[in-house]
Amino acid sequence: MQREDFPMLNKDIIYFDNGATTFKPKEVINGVLDYYTNYTSNAHRGDYDLSQKVDYLYESTREVVQKFINAESSKEIIFTSGTTMSLNMIVSSFMRYYLAKGDEVLITKSEHASNVLPWLELEREKGIVVKYIPLDKDYKVTLENIQKVVTSKTKVISLAYVTNVIGDIRPIKEISKFAHSKDILMVVDGAQSVPHLKTDVIGDDIDFLAFSGHKMLGPTGVGVLYAKEKYLKVMKPLLYGGGMNSRFESDKKVEYKDLPLRLEAGTQNIAGVLGLREAILYLEKIGIDKIHKHEVELKKYLLKKLETIDNIEIYNKQSETGIVVFNIKNIFSEDTSRYLNHYKICVRAGNHCTKMLKDELGVKNTCRISFYLYNTKEEIDKLIAILKDNKRIYEVIL
Amino acid sequence: MDSNLKREIIIDNVENPFHKGLENKDDFIKANTHNESCIDNIDLYVKIENEKIVDAYFEGEACAITTSATSIMLKNIIGKTKEEARDIMREYYKMIEEEEFNNLKLGELNAYQDISKQPSRKKCATLPFQTLEKTLIISDMEIKDKN
Ligand SMILES: Cc1ncc(COP(=O)(O)O)c(C=O)c1O
Repeated sequence: MQREDFPMLNKDIIYFDNGATTFKPKEVINGVLDYYTNYTSNAHRGDYDLSQKVDYLYESTREVVQKFINAESSKEIIFTSGTTMSLNMIVSSFMRYYLAKGDEVLITKSEHASNVLPWLELEREKGIVVKYIPLDKDYKVTLENIQKVVTSKTKVISLAYVTNVIGDIRPIKEISKFAHSKDILMVVDGAQSVPHLKTDVIGDDIDFLAFSGHKMLGPTGVGVLYAKEKYLKVMKPLLYGGGMNSRFESDKKVEYKDLPLRLEAGTQNIAGVLGLREAILYLEKIGIDKIHKHEVELKKYLLKKLETIDNIEIYNKQSETGIVVFNIKNIFSEDTSRYLNHYKICVRAGNHCTKMLKDELGVKNTCRISFYLYNTKEEIDKLIAILKDNKRIYEVIL
Repeated sequence: MDSNLKREIIIDNVENPFHKGLENKDDFIKANTHNESCIDNIDLYVKIENEKIVDAYFEGEACAITTSATSIMLKNIIGKTKEEARDIMREYYKMIEEEEFNNLKLGELNAYQDISKQPSRKKCATLPFQTLEKTLIISDMEIKDKN
């Protein structure tokens, strides 16, 4: 799919680490470049043409995002620096005031650090209780298992839509229906889902959603916080300053702007937002469903080929996204990634920021392959040839 | 040492690590080092009597370089006094930093002579000794406390 659009693909490398970040198409790179080359100026400030153009593009990107995730209103789209900041805003600027001592928040042991640590900090600070939803034998979350741990004190369920190691798709629609029947709020970490699956915050009835631009062909340092307007309205700003106030006087009377600007203090990452706009337009042009289908097909192909190598252990055969986690038996994952790196194949080794998953998987470290639209079966064939020859690993890396 | 021999020594210690796994941990000083740049995670157990390392083991998961260097280090330091172990450590660091060093003191540790050519692997190779130093410092403090 459109490999020629990605300058990084001319570098004779095989990139299988799209869960970490993705390559950018020319459209995105040019979008950022164009802003810096042809119409640099601040948004929401000037009364001259340049600034009005930037203002228009910045604000209409909100609408592009709104349509992309099917939100009710563009006021519900807040630009952030990424998933991590969005999740921290949800916890620090909303949940800190919404939750009381003893209230329970449900997460799982396969959540990314960014959906664990903010909650653990709030637990320490406020005495809320963070509980783990048990995973089934395929490390999946089921409604049944959620029902087992929900109590009258459960106030929030916070889950990745797609997890970044196992790559399983959570039944979010079903979970939020159940959650809302019990007045439980639904927070969704969309870092690994929004780039690969059609997002529908209305259809899934999601209360809060966080995602990053850089994992979906966009620039680094830009992301999105979505929340239903009624929650954003009462969210406290994380930052106070320029751009978010409508007036303040020496008598200390202060008034803040309405949504969404109230939650975007300071000059924003304008270049990032404009790049994100191009990324979304690009993804829409190709079609998210087509991308997902392509990734699932690549995963099936890879699994079939990996089965022909007898000393490979695979940990997530059943998940239905483009992520495969594996080890070569008795070889440390980082040695495997070094071996593949020797042949210019990029895979991720380690615990992938999900340090609690080892309790469930029984292994601490794995190699992760994560596909995106530009990966091909030919690349998989090259990987397989090298993995087949893995008895040479120490000869190559030592 | 030629490079094939070096590699053989390292592989042998990856595949058959010396003193890996310890049942009864009583009387052992423990230290762990997380290498910031990667994911090696080694627990080192050292038993010291009268300033002498009488026994030592390790546990944990790590890359081939860290695992083998730990294994070889243990072979080299058991039975040595703390001062002798630190002396080996100093020579080893000199070798890693490409300074002049006394190869006679290092035995199989000479297998890591070329590691400085791969800067990202220096950390892996020095991790065992950094962890050892932690246990020696704990031991130094215990002795001070007693006096
Ligand atoms: C599931 C999940 N959540 C959160 C994050 C954090 O994203 P970012 O580093 O872009 O804030 C990641 C990125 O690795 C992720 O995979």
